[in-house]
Amino acid sequence: MRLAILGAGDVGRSVADLASEYGHEVVAIADSSDAAVDPSGIDVERTLERKVGNEPVGTAAPEDVFETEYDVLIEATPTTLDDAEPGFTHTKRALEADRHVVLANKGPVAERYGELRALEAESAGSIRFEATVGGAIPVLSTIEDSTPQAVTTVRGVLNGTANFILTRMAAEGLDYEHVLAEAQDLGVAEADPTFDVDGTDAALKFVILANVLSDGGFSLSDATVEGIQNIPGSALDLAAEDGRTIRLIGEATRESVRVGPRLVPENGALAVTGTRNIVQIETRHAGSLASSGRGAGGPETATAVLSDVGRLPTR
Amino acid sequence: MVDDPAENVDSVEGTAATDGEEPETDGGVRAYTVRLELVDEPGELLRALAPISENGGNLLSIHHERGNITPRGHIPVEVDLECPPDRFDDIVGALRDAGVNVIQAGAEHYGEEISVVLVGHLVESDLSDTLSRIEADVDAVLLDLSLAAPDGTDAISSARARLAIDSGRSDEALEAIRAIGSEKELTVVEPLLGGEA
Repeated sequence: MRLAILGAGDVGRSVADLASEYGHEVVAIADSSDAAVDPSGIDVERTLERKVGNEPVGTAAPEDVFETEYDVLIEATPTTLDDAEPGFTHTKRALEADRHVVLANKGPVAERYGELRALEAESAGSIRFEATVGGAIPVLSTIEDSTPQAVTTVRGVLNGTANFILTRMAAEGLDYEHVLAEAQDLGVAEADPTFDVDGTDAALKFVILANVLSDGGFSLSDATVEGIQNIPGSALDLAAEDGRTIRLIGEATRESVRVGPRLVPENGALAVTGTRNIVQIETRHAGSLASSGRGAGGPETATAVLSDVGRLPTR
Repeated sequence: MVDDPAENVDSVEGTAATDGEEPETDGGVRAYTVRLELVDEPGELLRALAPISENGGNLLSIHHERGNITPRGHIPVEVDLECPPDRFDDIVGALRDAGVNVIQAGAEHYGEEISVVLVGHLVESDLSDTLSRIEADVDAVLLDLSLAAPDGTDAISSARARLAIDSGRSDEALEAIRAIGSEKELTVVEPLLGGEA
């Protein structure tokens, strides 16, 4: 397939980098100000070098991406809330042109799911968004395979930053502020970690899951969200007295979305450590399925994007 | 017998003490399991068993989990007994009157235990009032409490409370605890129920 990639951050760049390995061709890649466009395939290596060296990725304008011949638009621009722009408009334009869209951007799928599905219904193209939930972990395709109707609840740990902080607090008996600073030094937490530690990032993923289970109807404002900023080290010590620990756990059902710090058994499946993620899918007929793995990172998330591309019908 | 209390007990605590055959129930006598928490001192076990026999209970088995110490340094003991249903409450009452910590009695009554961690200005917001309200609103029994206030009692502190509640009422109980927590501006870290948590 011919891929047009919007967004040249870790995920967009990794998709470009790995595309040929999956048998696809990159015909365009754009960041917010410039684009490299070549209908016969861009020179990925040179383009990425330019991006990393802070040069423009190419001589074209981001708009030009939509004018070129492509089969799949990869939406990998940063996640935005509320109207989820510009990700939503990008997706709309591609669907209106009967192209497929694979999203790594959580915004449109969490905030405007119903509109996306309506646009898809009018289009010859399809949308897929495995990369928006749990990075490399095949969560949505597992639900799709079990059929959403047979899944009752999805729960788990879907934010590596918050999980890293809680793990370190419990292991070292340190307080939140201290561990956060350490996580920032290690590059695990961003300079502004708000979305990770206040639960918003995890909530977006569970909102997407609830949308998939119930075929729409949820946005971030429907979720009950609590973060980990108020959890002192002493709370983790007390939890350990009982063989428990605290994790930022999300739960999505057809009725509700909830994210908050919860007590879980210290050696239980949900007590993953470090930046690892885990998802448990409760099914009606097959008990509980669990997958764990890397929920973030450029190459990890790119594998989810490229798996989606592989699942698309040929145009 | 759908709601035989002896049947549900294992699943609650995960201990394998009451496996084997279901005891015969004869002439209205039924089997019950009580879990006690004893201080590690000589004579405690005997003292704890006396109220059972004195109130017409017939001891079936005693599982004394020496070496398995609870967070407060106590020893959990599981006792299987049989008695007519109308005597069971008297036995539990007599145990409590004798100062024995009953953490679980039968399967129908106080069949579940949940732990919650409360975080916030616990002392300023009157921890003992918080706990009594939880006990009253949730119809629970406080089994165990630890408090950690590393930065002093006027700073943010944490408390872990283990509660015995009626079977099947955990969701309701947690909802009530959540309400009390939000009223007192406390963070309530709830257990994750259900699934293979």
